[in-house]
Amino acid sequence: MSSPTTAGWFGPFGGRYVAETLVAALDELEAAWRDARADGAFLHELDRLLSTYVGRPTPLYHAERLSDDVARTAGRRAGTIRVWLKREDLAHTGAHKINNTIGQVLLARRMGKPRVIAETGAGQHGVATATACALFGLRCEVFMGELDVARQAPNVLRMELLGAQVHPVRAGSRTLKDAMNEALRDWVTHVRTTHYCVGSVAGPHPYPSLVRELQSVIGREARAQLFAATGRSPDAVVACVGGGSNAMGIFATFVDDPGSSAVRLFGVEAAGHGIDTNEHAATLSRGSVGVLHGAKSYVLQDEDGQILEAHSISAGLDYPGVGPEHSFLRDSGRARYLAVTDSDALAAFSSLARTEGILCALETAHAIAALPRIVAELPERHEGLDVLVSLSGRGDKDLATVRDWRERTGAAS
Amino acid sequence: MTSRLRAAFDRARAENRAALVVYLCGGDPDLATTPALLDAIARAGADVIELGIPFSDPTADGPVIQEASARARKAGATARGVLDALASWRRSKSPHADRPVVVFGYYNPILRMGDAAFARAARNAGADGLLVVDLPPEEAGTLADACEAEAMDLVPLLAPTSSDARIALAGTRARGFVYYVSTAGVTGAGGVDFDAAAARARTISDRLHLPVAVGFGVSSPDDARRVAAHADGVVVGSAVVRAIAGGDAAGAPARVAQLVRDLRGACGRA
Ligand SMILES: Cc1ncc(COP(=O)(O)O)c(C=O)c1O
Repeated sequence: MSSPTTAGWFGPFGGRYVAETLVAALDELEAAWRDARADGAFLHELDRLLSTYVGRPTPLYHAERLSDDVARTAGRRAGTIRVWLKREDLAHTGAHKINNTIGQVLLARRMGKPRVIAETGAGQHGVATATACALFGLRCEVFMGELDVARQAPNVLRMELLGAQVHPVRAGSRTLKDAMNEALRDWVTHVRTTHYCVGSVAGPHPYPSLVRELQSVIGREARAQLFAATGRSPDAVVACVGGGSNAMGIFATFVDDPGSSAVRLFGVEAAGHGIDTNEHAATLSRGSVGVLHGAKSYVLQDEDGQILEAHSISAGLDYPGVGPEHSFLRDSGRARYLAVTDSDALAAFSSLARTEGILCALETAHAIAALPRIVAELPERHEGLDVLVSLSGRGDKDLATVRDWRERTGAAS
Repeated sequence: MTSRLRAAFDRARAENRAALVVYLCGGDPDLATTPALLDAIARAGADVIELGIPFSDPTADGPVIQEASARARKAGATARGVLDALASWRRSKSPHADRPVVVFGYYNPILRMGDAAFARAARNAGADGLLVVDLPPEEAGTLADACEAEAMDLVPLLAPTSSDARIALAGTRARGFVYYVSTAGVTGAGGVDFDAAAARARTISDRLHLPVAVGFGVSSPDDARRVAAHADGVVVGSAVVRAIAGGDAAGAPARVAQLVRDLRGACGRA
């Protein structure tokens, strides 16, 4: 806990638990970022790309039929709940991940690193990294668990079409955790020429802060858009949590503003087959403090300190760790974390499709599924409650998983 | 009190050779074989033994040690189990059972037990030091305190990417020796320039007035000879693990002893 600077710590969480070989690269990255964010030309280039290439600002959409559905399920009167969807699914490549990769790949170019590597679970971060690398002409290699290569096949093809090389990882759980292990091994081996583009607010300092800052555009935009539409702040903000980047992206502006302490923040993790089974990814609900992938945070682990395999139907949430700032927000009580099962997420996927005409990512479906429970916790308000939800990504990548699920369960809806 | 690790390096130096440091993964192939392997390695002439605690996510290791760690975990090895195996060897009547041992691993199993509790358990089992691959000095404060309280060394790592400032930082609390990672990479790496690594280790040793051992990628007596020409110590890991895994458990002590004897023969200086 005794870092020379307090940078990199969120209360007792965070830090840099990495091999000595990587410390110099983390220092280099931190210095490059400090430099870049004080450089008007860099920030201008980032803004220009976010608007002309990524398609920002993404819309904020008042989902009326979903709102009524949520109100009914929560036992509230129709019209007393307004759900606002921040449409990150409409960003280029179909998820929030591109906000981070454009920034980091610009930074890689600035540092003179010709090669970029990434880990990916759902494949959205891999696609977003491959896209940014194609845009700047950098070499891109992506590590992806073998299980995820199979269940997110469309994204594997997309990465390859974008010129990236995808390395299937066969070790351990064959999912996101092991993909990140392999990316760290590659980085330590090629550290002088390679930038490691971490895909969430996880990993050693400076990644949790860097990715948070690059994703914070989500919340800044949404807050201004909601204010323009209603003249007020949201009563609650909701996002799914894998590593936690779309959630930190939409939370950050409210966390940083002492005047927003009444805005309630909710993160939704994957409960897999249920948090009372041992097949889930509910790190903040069921985990304990540990060190994984370079940071101290909550992790799923056994008595011996071995990391457990997580489970979720959604590859992007199937991770036994979580970004350190979420651990801090959990313990300080600033944010609350819930968990949603595979089957509830699938049901929410279908209901969002039918009520709003939006096929969301299975990750995002966890946030949608939690809305009735969250609303039921909020005090009633005569003029109605505004609930801001991060619609982190679109569902094209998940169609095969959804089809298999429907066949297996005989679900009609 | 002088560190037993430091004394092992001093003895090798007095004999005009580099100290031989041998790594094995505790519990591979099973915990019952670990004391016999420790004894065979000590008897064959290792000056210091690094006893690995298996971990689910060994991000600093190449495939050979990753697989050893997975085999050990599958066979039921835990941190406590590995420490118990060390204690059982220490209690044995073997004339070699006093050889210095460094417990080697990743931080999470230590944090899980608690820094102070782990240090005490390691000391009670007979460890002389700890080496934690994912715990740079900035994060090592409480564990360094715990080791000091137990009169154990916390062995720091340095790498080709370490700045002069970091070399000085690593030296501030080290007493036994410093582990120099020969190359930017994972354990078992190939294509290492051992002459350059050994020369770098010499420079660090002169600056810190501490013995420096070079590891990562040393796999043959020939590699060991090149490292031993300049460095205070030679660390061999993956090659030892491969010898242990290269046949049945009963034959593992004999296989590893042969390799360790050959390596030890290569540690002398002309
Ligand atoms: C659409 C979508 N949402 C959420 C996530 C989870 O990541 P994070 O918690 O970092 O937002 C992913 C990860 O792949 C994703 O693709």
